[in-house]
Amino acid sequence: MGRPELGSVVGAVAVFLFFSVAADSFLQWSSFGTVLYAASTIGIMAVPVALLMIGGEFDLSAGVMVTSSALVASMFSYQMTANVWAGVAVSLLVMLAIGFFNGFLLTRTKLPSFIITLGTFLMLTGLNLGFTKLISGTVSTKSIADMEGFDSARVLFASHLTIGDIDLKVTILWWAALVAVATWVLLRTRAGNWIFAVGGGADAARAVGVPVARTKIGLYMAVAFCAWISGQHLLFSFDVVQSGEGVGNEFLYIIAAVIGGCLMTGGYGSAIGSAVGAFIFGMTSKGIVYAQWNPDWFKFFLGAMLLLATLLNAWVRKRAEATA
Amino acid sequence: MAMAKTGTRAIGALLAAVLGASLAGCSSTGGKRAEERAAQSAGGGSGVDTPKWTVAMVTHSGAGDTFWDIVQNGAKQAARKDNIKFVYSSSNQANEQAQLVQAAIDQHVDGLVVTLAKPDAMKDVVAKAVKAGIPVITINSGSDQSKAFGAIGHIGQDEKIAGQAVGDELDKRGKKHAICVLHEQGNVGHEERCAGAKETFAGTMDNLYVDGTNMPDVQSTIQAKLQADKSIDAVVTLGAPFAATAVKAKQQASSPAEVDTFDLNAQVATALANGTIGFAVDQQPYLQGYEAVDLIWLYRYNADVLGGGKPVLTGPQILTQKDAAALAKYTERGTR
Repeated sequence: MGRPELGSVVGAVAVFLFFSVAADSFLQWSSFGTVLYAASTIGIMAVPVALLMIGGEFDLSAGVMVTSSALVASMFSYQMTANVWAGVAVSLLVMLAIGFFNGFLLTRTKLPSFIITLGTFLMLTGLNLGFTKLISGTVSTKSIADMEGFDSARVLFASHLTIGDIDLKVTILWWAALVAVATWVLLRTRAGNWIFAVGGGADAARAVGVPVARTKIGLYMAVAFCAWISGQHLLFSFDVVQSGEGVGNEFLYIIAAVIGGCLMTGGYGSAIGSAVGAFIFGMTSKGIVYAQWNPDWFKFFLGAMLLLATLLNAWVRKRAEATA
Repeated sequence: MAMAKTGTRAIGALLAAVLGASLAGCSSTGGKRAEERAAQSAGGGSGVDTPKWTVAMVTHSGAGDTFWDIVQNGAKQAARKDNIKFVYSSSNQANEQAQLVQAAIDQHVDGLVVTLAKPDAMKDVVAKAVKAGIPVITINSGSDQSKAFGAIGHIGQDEKIAGQAVGDELDKRGKKHAICVLHEQGNVGHEERCAGAKETFAGTMDNLYVDGTNMPDVQSTIQAKLQADKSIDAVVTLGAPFAATAVKAKQQASSPAEVDTFDLNAQVATALANGTIGFAVDQQPYLQGYEAVDLIWLYRYNADVLGGGKPVLTGPQILTQKDAAALAKYTERGTR
């Protein structure tokens, strides 16, 4: 049967085999940990972005929102000289508010999500820089590593555990948990049916009693929630946050979701697919380094690999649908 | 969704409780209060009675770059002292930077400070400023073109010379295999630095490109490189924020490589002090801003020029563990 992620799994296996042959150090446990970490930082955001795409919308503000999340938490804790957990909580509230703002504006104005979230993207980019400069006097935040609560928050958001030879970042656990929850919501709950329905056709969905507006607002808030997790990871693993970061990452999340089988038009896709997409991305971007190829061509290889993976994905899906 | 809504409400209530509780429990370490207790910076009003001249600085910096922040701090300090009104603008797009210079000319500023990262795009507009009788100082990049374009002086670092200093220092430390981490693909200055280092370094040096706007990617890419090649014994980053990340990558990859960097910030100063970073090459951005504004004042007041038309270098200054203690408080206040 034609599960959305089927093609991407084949693609992932192909990419894995390719780099296993091309790069000597690709097949060692420590390398696997690095690849998983790279995949998880994309994957955490790819999950809600995939859900949002299934629901028929985009979020271009997702990349910068991650940076906002880290900045808010860091600056609140620092300026108030509060326990860093207070900053973490305030950041969550602010992020959910931004997600709500995106969703609410979208459903009220009926403008395309491209315009709404592009606006949010630009505003957040400006706010990140403006507020950081206004409050810290410089373009990066002050270190909060010596403040109370930092160590416990770091355990939750940026610790790593060593199992045998393999070093696993806690983001990998967050990622796995998010994929599991999102898959459960999509396949086993009424909310999941609503997401597929609003993505397939909002008017038809509304006609059969699906709360379209609430579903879409909820999806944007899910993106914001995951941006919060990613942002806290940034903050607690690098102590100091640069206000200009995150621009362009929104496309990586969308790419992961698309490789994983989400249709750009909505109504079709899966959370597991987004995870496989992020994994392909992690393998490709790090595999090129392991293979020690000439770095001048780095971006080209990356683009070509992604394109091939997506094509393979589409081909497999077509075959699967034909035999179903 | 009704269930989800009550869920949201419950989360909201929980958060409010968490927030209240943690606000009550303030941090007794670090934070703004600690900074205020320790705060003291060089202040004071202007020391001269020349008319209030206006100096515009137009750079090629992208938004939110720590380095250019320090340049501005230097320029502002000099402006305060010289009774000068300092205006700053920047764009990393060459044509927009040229437009900003044009805007400064239109405002009849009394002096102009520009960077020539993309010299060809700036040539005409700088000539226009010179023709309008505005003294121009070039800073940072463009030491080769500065004089030809009609500037009265250049304050900056020669990227190649800075790179060569790194190569020499690596040799001195007995390194055999280094990687040069470039955080912006296509930046001419970055390429020159790595090329300069490669030139004087007796061992082998590879370039590694990372996505500078994505810290986790920077970390995992360096990590991957270190895992791929165990013979690497030195990692050179081109910007201070990336040095701290390189240290993390090295620890995760359990590589013995030494991390060294261009430029300085508070994190690097601390890392130098405790030995997690080997050395830093500083081009003293504060000096570039400060000197440029001060030179405009000197030129208007006294027709002075510095360097006799030759570029005045602000770096490279190699900083090691023994310099670290003295630097910490300057990096903290954003002037080093």
